[in-house]
Amino acid sequence: MNTLFELAVTFAQFCFALAMICATIRLLRGPTAQDRTLALDTLYVSSMMMLVVLGIHSSTTVYTDIALVIALFGFVGSIALAKFLLGREVIEP
Amino acid sequence: MTTNELPVWIILPAILLLTAGGLLTVIASIGLLRLAPFYARMHGPSIGNTLGLGCVLTASMLISSALAHRAIVHEILITVFIVMTSPMTAMLLMRASVHRSKAQKH
Repeated sequence: MNTLFELAVTFAQFCFALAMICATIRLLRGPTAQDRTLALDTLYVSSMMMLVVLGIHSSTTVYTDIALVIALFGFVGSIALAKFLLGREVIEP
Repeated sequence: MTTNELPVWIILPAILLLTAGGLLTVIASIGLLRLAPFYARMHGPSIGNTLGLGCVLTASMLISSALAHRAIVHEILITVFIVMTSPMTAMLLMRASVHRSKAQKH
């Protein structure tokens, strides 16, 4: 059963790496700016999941805090880019 | 206590959740890569990533709670945060895309 668990963890990490590669290709190739913003959003969520799976693998809870910080800053970045694409000021007075 | 000594009824749901989370995430990203218009490309990551993240975080909660012999629910913070913010990002990006395509026509 433990071998199966190790296999599942490796499979999940492989899947997240593949997802990050797909998002990176879309980030480099995307025809419009909103495509690139969406790809960046997908990229940070995938990297956050990779960190959570690393935390499962090494059985510590340190990685959860790092994942929370990535979620916070990624959300702020995505919202700032989307508001910039809307043609407004990013920080309205 | 390491993951070697965990009981089967903890390990088996964790295996299923990890596999499901990985598959959902990779399907969402392939959708992001392959679908043609932006509005079709949008729905893949915003649905698949949220569900995949929920699966992975539930597996993490199961494993860390079983290792520590008490309930560890730090991951609920991330889940609540992503569930609140992911539709907001999608909606703002969609509005930005509509705004930009209208501005291009004029």
